[in-house]
Amino acid sequence: MAKTDSSSGSAPEDASADRLSTAPVEETGPSGAGSFGGVRRPGLLGALGWGLREATGWLRWFWRQLTSMRVALILLLLLSLATIPGSLIPQTSVDSVKVDDWKKGHQALTPAFEKLQLFHVYSSVWFSAVYILLFISLIGCIVPRTWQFVGQLRSRPPRAPRRLDRMPAYATWRTEADPEQVLARAGRLLKGKRFRTEPGEGSVAGEKGYLREAGNLVFHVSLIVLLVAFASGQLWKSEGGKLIVQGDGFSNTLTQYDDFKSGSLFTPADLPRFSFFLDDFEATYEVTGPQRGTPRTYAAHVTYYKGTDNTPHKTTIKVNDPLVIDGSKIYLQGHGYAPVVTVKDGKGNVAYQGAVASLPLDSNITENVVLKVPDFRDKEGAKDQVGFTGLFIPTLDERTGTMLSQFPDLVSPGMVLTAFHGSLGMDSGVPQSVYKLDVSKMKQFTKPDGKSKLSQLLRVGQTMNLPNGGTLHFDGIKPWATFQISQKPGDGPALAGAVAAILGVAGSLFIQRRRVWVRAVRAADGSTVVELAGLGRSESAKVPEELADLAAALQTDAPPVPDDPSTSDAPPTPDEGADTTEPSESSEGARA
Amino acid sequence: MNLAAATNENLAHISNVLIYSAMAVYTLAFLAHIAEWVFGSRSAVGRTAAAITATPRQAVTVTVKSGSAGGGTAVLERPKVITRTAPGGRDDVPDGPGAAGTSEQGDLYGRIAISLTVLAFALHAGGVLTRALSVQRAPWGNMYEFSCTFGMVAVGVYLCLLAARKNIRWLGLPLVTTVLLDLGLAVSVLYTASDQLVPALHSYWLWIHVSCAIISGASLYVGAVSTLFYLLRDRYEERLAKGEAGPDAPEGKPEQQSADGGWLRLGVKAQLAMDSALSRLPSAGTLDKFGYRINATVFPLWTFTIIAGAIWAEAAWGRYWGWDPKEVWSFITWVAYACYLHARATAGWKGRKAAYLGLFAFACYVFNYYGVNFLFGGKHSYSGV
Ligand code: HEM
Repeated sequence: MAKTDSSSGSAPEDASADRLSTAPVEETGPSGAGSFGGVRRPGLLGALGWGLREATGWLRWFWRQLTSMRVALILLLLLSLATIPGSLIPQTSVDSVKVDDWKKGHQALTPAFEKLQLFHVYSSVWFSAVYILLFISLIGCIVPRTWQFVGQLRSRPPRAPRRLDRMPAYATWRTEADPEQVLARAGRLLKGKRFRTEPGEGSVAGEKGYLREAGNLVFHVSLIVLLVAFASGQLWKSEGGKLIVQGDGFSNTLTQYDDFKSGSLFTPADLPRFSFFLDDFEATYEVTGPQRGTPRTYAAHVTYYKGTDNTPHKTTIKVNDPLVIDGSKIYLQGHGYAPVVTVKDGKGNVAYQGAVASLPLDSNITENVVLKVPDFRDKEGAKDQVGFTGLFIPTLDERTGTMLSQFPDLVSPGMVLTAFHGSLGMDSGVPQSVYKLDVSKMKQFTKPDGKSKLSQLLRVGQTMNLPNGGTLHFDGIKPWATFQISQKPGDGPALAGAVAAILGVAGSLFIQRRRVWVRAVRAADGSTVVELAGLGRSESAKVPEELADLAAALQTDAPPVPDDPSTSDAPPTPDEGADTTEPSESSEGARA
Repeated sequence: MNLAAATNENLAHISNVLIYSAMAVYTLAFLAHIAEWVFGSRSAVGRTAAAITATPRQAVTVTVKSGSAGGGTAVLERPKVITRTAPGGRDDVPDGPGAAGTSEQGDLYGRIAISLTVLAFALHAGGVLTRALSVQRAPWGNMYEFSCTFGMVAVGVYLCLLAARKNIRWLGLPLVTTVLLDLGLAVSVLYTASDQLVPALHSYWLWIHVSCAIISGASLYVGAVSTLFYLLRDRYEERLAKGEAGPDAPEGKPEQQSADGGWLRLGVKAQLAMDSALSRLPSAGTLDKFGYRINATVFPLWTFTIIAGAIWAEAAWGRYWGWDPKEVWSFITWVAYACYLHARATAGWKGRKAAYLGLFAFACYVFNYYGVNFLFGGKHSYSGV
């Protein structure tokens, strides 16, 4: 039984052997009349005074409750339970698409769930309430315990209790050696074992293992550090994605991002200045076996520029290996292919030239191709916008009869396109996705026979001819990569807090706080009675072991003499039931 | 290239054979353990009951024999240290004699079971090792490999504790049963052919994170079984104290047994068998302490596991914490264990209540492993199922 709860009857009788821990003692609630005692005087003033007393009394009671071990325990349990729903219900912060799907599937439940903030559990009012209460409790617990601990550090080990044989571990023998000599030797021994010692009258007291309490406090403080670091990270973070085709670049301003999220205290001025270019992208895939096509390595070779400095730096970004510039981290997220095309209009002028970044549809990188060409004139020179849609297939196997890629690498790339003309609807003012073609105001081109739709398989170097005179030439293929660029303050402190937490909790759990007393007094027959006792913070096999070591060492200078049964004033022998056994193996372990 | 691939498949095949052989030997060990429990006798009841009903023993003397002091000849008798537990409570109940009771035959079966377990462990370890060689990386890239390694480490922890002469033989039967279930699930449902890793799993933090998770889990398992047995044994000791079990208990008397109907008699028999098994376990106090020590020892490691995982997530996905289901359940497990440790230090919560919290915490660990992988997927979707 741990001696933490000295309130229970198991505490040793002597006050000196009391608490070895600064854990709070359980409080009992207010009781009796007038909640906190005191008389209520007549009149307004009396009532006011009484009310005030009552209020502060209750406040104090509430505070003591909140910072008690029992409430901390209940709050911890609540925290673990409150965390569960967030893993069962899709969360907006994790996967908003999944949330929308879920809402569609459970329309009856959705309003109630939204009221309960179940789609963002970890920022909900009720979840916050639990952990904020817990952390208030934690602070309310740490502060008094720290003072208590400082007090313990400054105080000396308490005097030996009157009856050492009542202590959890006890040893005694008689010797011819002088009591002073024995005590001096015991003091040296204890010091040698790095006990803090305090000589007393006919006895020496020693205490050791203060690091346990220190470790415990460090652990609990570092939990606060972790929380603050995490919270500030959430408030000031920013995170955005960018797709870059080989040869293109990015500079870190808000307008360049494809999508961007930030914490509520973030301002665009917080973005550090840098830019980088994607020089090349390499991917390798499993070629054989059941996992054929599974990616094995991704590497993006980039050139980057820091701040306003014009010196180029070259590096490679890999999946687990982000590029760090001024606290911003650039992660490689995904990749695909961009067919490079040249579109000429009916007059033979180049209407579009460049790469068409296309989004993958499956793991073999079959891609959806969309190209909009707004500045286009037909044979007669009349304005006629055109749009292309289709698939890009890195490994097209025509034997399979499917237009789906068979492998993610560029083994036999092909592109199947169909084309529309009319109005792309780009000037309607509604922002449009570049990855979607709105064909509501367009007509699909047909083949010369006028009936079947125009669609064509193109290999690199081939050309598609449009009935209105335009052409699309498939020039080549460039890879692209997507990057996530994030800046998160608080990572450093979070890591420091985490490391401190581990060290602290290890200290708290592995170090044993204990006290040892040695007493040597001259008996009536002239011999010296030596008594040793040990008290651990929890019952540990280590304390008797250590006491035995100490006794053995002491006996080299104070060898025991055989007990003379006739001597009357022998130290009180332990109870009759005492039993000599080998040390019980099962009671060693963590506390050791 | 082709040659290398061929050796890999060979090794993977050897690994599978070894795992199946290990399962076969574990099954034999399982049967031997059953025999140990069945043939073991129930003689400790008297001892335990006497300890509970008589005035509790107050003190125990520990004599520690030390080796030679110098020169290597004289063996010193070390001083006697008298230990005493707090008065009251049932802290002084002696441990049961173990699964075999005092029966020599039972003990023999127990020894056979342990020998078989050692053999099975060797095969098991060989299976894991060849698997690792065949994929040329740490053997925990998918749930199949994770399960195999997990079972191996759990048996390893048990054998280490045995080798350290801890009183832990009672754990043999539940452990072997669990490992058989674990491996059975691994080879039937979770099996994934040996292969390389996707880029996100290439990181030495993965190595650290997962190995710590496996060691933590295997040790927490031992702690949880101890806690569970503590609850059973505690009930039993309570009944002993009230005179409802043990040699003088009403249902132990023959006239009572024949008086009632068949079902009732069956129930009484089951109860007696259960009591017989429980009487051979270590005392509730010992089991409780043992479970606590394991859990407390593992807690810092589990904390580290989560932090290592966060560092890995930071490198792979750009955020160290994103409330992914796996992360959520690791966190829940961690908080639940913190809760358990607090309960142990809080008056009115230590004992049974703390034990329930400890079991809840372990259930969270298990759910994090099986439940999350099957139900949610999430970013940790390496299960390969
Ligand atoms: C934020 C959540 C908390 C966590 C994760 C946590 C975790 C832990 C852990 C793991 C231990 C075990 C160390 C040991 O047994 O020595 C511990 C001990 C302790 N905690 Fe906390 N704790 C939290 C909050 C609190 C609060 C709010 C209090 C104040 C009431 C508190 C008071 C204590 C005390 C007094 C101990 C030492 C118990 C002993 O002496 O054995 N903790 N805590």
